[in-house]
Amino acid sequence: MSGAHHIVLIALFSAAVQSGTTLLYPTIGEIFAERAGILNLGVEGMMIMGAFFGFVVTYITKNPYIGFLAGVLAGGISALIHAFVSITLRGNQVVSGLALTIFGLGFTNFYGQKWINLRSPVTVSQMSVPLLSKIPYIGPIFFKQDALVYTSYIVAIVMWFILYKTKVGVHLRATGQNARAADAMGVNVYATRYWWTFFGGLLAGAGGAYLTIAYAPFWLDGMTAGRGWIAIALVIFAMWDPLNAMVGAYLFGGIDALQLQLQAVGVTIPSSLLNMLPYLLTLIVIIIATLIVRVKHISAPKELGIPYNREEK
Amino acid sequence: MAEYILQARNITKKFPGVLANDHINFDLKKGEIHTILGENGAGKSTLMNILDGIYYPNEGEIYINGKKAHIRSPFDSMRYGIGMIHQHFMLVDTLTVLENVILGLKDQSFFINKKQIANKILEISNRYKFDLKPFAKIWQLSVGEQQRVEIVKMLFRGADILILDEPTAVLTPQESEALFEILKKMKSEGKSIIFISHKLNEVMEISDRITVLRKGKVIGTVNKDETNPVELAKMMVGREVLFRLQRKPLERGEEVLKVENVEAYNDRGIKVLNKIGFTVHRGEIFGLAGVAGNGQKELAQVITGLRKATNGKVFLLGKDITNQHPLVIANSGTNYIPPDRLKVGLVPNLSSIDNAILRRYRKSPIGSGILVNYKKAREYTESLIEKFNIMVPRIDAPVKLLSGGNMQKLLLAREISENPALLIAVHPTRGLDIGATEFIRKKLLEVRDSGMAVLLISEDLDEILMISDRIGVIYEGRITGIMDAKDADVRKIGLLMAGSTEEESATVH
Ligand SMILES: Nc1ncnc2c1ncn2[C@@H]1O[C@H](COP(=O)(O)OP(=O)(O)OP(=O)(O)O)[C@@H](O)[C@H]1O
Ligand SMILES: [Mg+2]
Repeated sequence: MSGAHHIVLIALFSAAVQSGTTLLYPTIGEIFAERAGILNLGVEGMMIMGAFFGFVVTYITKNPYIGFLAGVLAGGISALIHAFVSITLRGNQVVSGLALTIFGLGFTNFYGQKWINLRSPVTVSQMSVPLLSKIPYIGPIFFKQDALVYTSYIVAIVMWFILYKTKVGVHLRATGQNARAADAMGVNVYATRYWWTFFGGLLAGAGGAYLTIAYAPFWLDGMTAGRGWIAIALVIFAMWDPLNAMVGAYLFGGIDALQLQLQAVGVTIPSSLLNMLPYLLTLIVIIIATLIVRVKHISAPKELGIPYNREEK
Repeated sequence: MAEYILQARNITKKFPGVLANDHINFDLKKGEIHTILGENGAGKSTLMNILDGIYYPNEGEIYINGKKAHIRSPFDSMRYGIGMIHQHFMLVDTLTVLENVILGLKDQSFFINKKQIANKILEISNRYKFDLKPFAKIWQLSVGEQQRVEIVKMLFRGADILILDEPTAVLTPQESEALFEILKKMKSEGKSIIFISHKLNEVMEISDRITVLRKGKVIGTVNKDETNPVELAKMMVGREVLFRLQRKPLERGEEVLKVENVEAYNDRGIKVLNKIGFTVHRGEIFGLAGVAGNGQKELAQVITGLRKATNGKVFLLGKDITNQHPLVIANSGTNYIPPDRLKVGLVPNLSSIDNAILRRYRKSPIGSGILVNYKKAREYTESLIEKFNIMVPRIDAPVKLLSGGNMQKLLLAREISENPALLIAVHPTRGLDIGATEFIRKKLLEVRDSGMAVLLISEDLDEILMISDRIGVIYEGRITGIMDAKDADVRKIGLLMAGSTEEESATVH
């Protein structure tokens, strides 16, 4: 293989990781909400809130990290609406989640008008990780990225650890699988569900904020373009495991990056097909995921989407 | 005061439409085994759930060691040393034994110290000869083992007031015996135990004192030594209960069901029926005895078309019905009382009416074209409720609100009203009180007398011996012996259930 090919491929994979990062954060977040038994279909809405506030705060403060935190918080606060409806009011989680998505898209459409096509004055800078970035292939792809990408690696690993190795993880898994048993054993089911739904929102916000701060540092209406839906599908693909989520996120990030590269080298794709792409991808993810899950005999948390009421028979 | 470790005063609990506990007073002495008796729906579980903090009472107080206790959640009750094994186990099946044991414990470190916890579990487990594996997943365990996990869970938390809500309903006789040994040992260590069961012989074996509830009220508390099963039954039901049932002599008619060399696999892909064969005739009850998990469930599913037979044939009245659609089989004269009334038999969130007409809504007069005639449906349901004496809060209330006994009566009413040639009844009286049990058994004898063929599949040997005409024993998916009921006794069947052949058990005899 010639050197030029090399560079093109590494650039492609490196872009795949960045695009994948916009998916990885929300996927991990949704994994944890679902593990607690809360289905939040509002990921797209929480992401666009994160993207918008992330962009605006970065633009104003000229500090991408403060912007990122603002985006994270915007996602978390949006999630609390869903938590209130589905945990406290015991409402229908599908309806509430869809409403959250519509709300997020509508809110940012309304308040985003005057920011459209503005470019962010700053972005996050690339930093090579010593030693690791020297590893052939792996190094330039994974370890010549920005701090927010590295943060996502840490989040995935730490969250995997919390899920399987800690008391908190046991409480979380029990709550989504059998809330009544968890409650009878002294776990606070409501608090657990609130916290992890909020956490899911924080990470959805992070995914959105990464999009407008690093991956595509400008603001366009509806610029999450279905990524929230892909993330929801990736949760199944990842079999509710944060490390598997990395595989799924980079795979589908790669498809996105490839499509951009193709456009860059002049391959024209009809715009209708491009618009369809995220949804087509979601469909593909769901089909693949369902097959894997069936073969491996893994199933969703048993009480996913079911409200809990202690005194109900 | 110190004599009583727990006292409940004037406990009242209302649910929509029911007064489940009506000013209940109840005392538990230190170091005693105290049984709560009562019919289905008497309010036993409700009272226990209140002590455990799952339900909060509308009125009343709880005192622990003479001091008023504030119990608002299971976490609170744990701090007062109360531990409960629920009627339906509170285990998370995808977690390990160890994870279930530490679930909810606030004093555990953030990172789980697996080694230390596993050792403590093993120590408790060895003390009671449990043989538990801390890293096994719950779904891999038998029901008896799961119950031991529940016990370890309580002991791990240092509970000294133990509540066991119908622990023996799901156990084999051997497992129940083992449990009683454990309870006696715990009692000798100074623990106080509240025990619930519908089986009077167990109650007489294990209790020190007995409190009887009826319709949410305390009828009385008696010492075990000063009472007997007949008196207890009368306190519970409010009338005499027959422990023996009248039966007419057998009039065995034509062959209704013939099972021939049937083989089938269970959900995990293991072969559980192994060339099984037998027949059931008009006018007889054929009792199939066996330890749970020897293929009984799958056998009933194969006959009713809910599971594929991979080999062999099933004939109904001479017609081959092997692997036909369940509806076809039902329409050719087979009705079915499944082992799990809430999962397979009834639709929990639908009303009594909707559940009662499940076999009839397709046909006139209840079905009319694509519509359901709800006036007719209601009338039909009302007639069943009256004929079978079913207690419902409201006729259009979801059936999940009925007591176990009333659910089972509704199911039985629906199935036998179709007047089928064959009735398959799997564990028809599991978890039912003595009144309801007597009722169901009487009905089974009645339909037998009217000429129905009944296949009774049950783990309760007393039940099999009491109402069957012929008895077959199933072991590892095969019939190990068939005999007339008059030649059968517990010993002989017990041996066959454990896998010895008929010849072997005959020589032992
Ligand atoms: N969570 C609930 N919501 C509404 N009604 C309930 C609830 N729990 C119990 N009930 C009703 O309260 C009454 C008492 O029920 P409970 O479960 O305490 O009876 P039980 O004595 O334990 O009966 P069983 O022997 O069948 O277990 C019943 O009429 C039941 O339908
Ligand atoms: Mg009960």
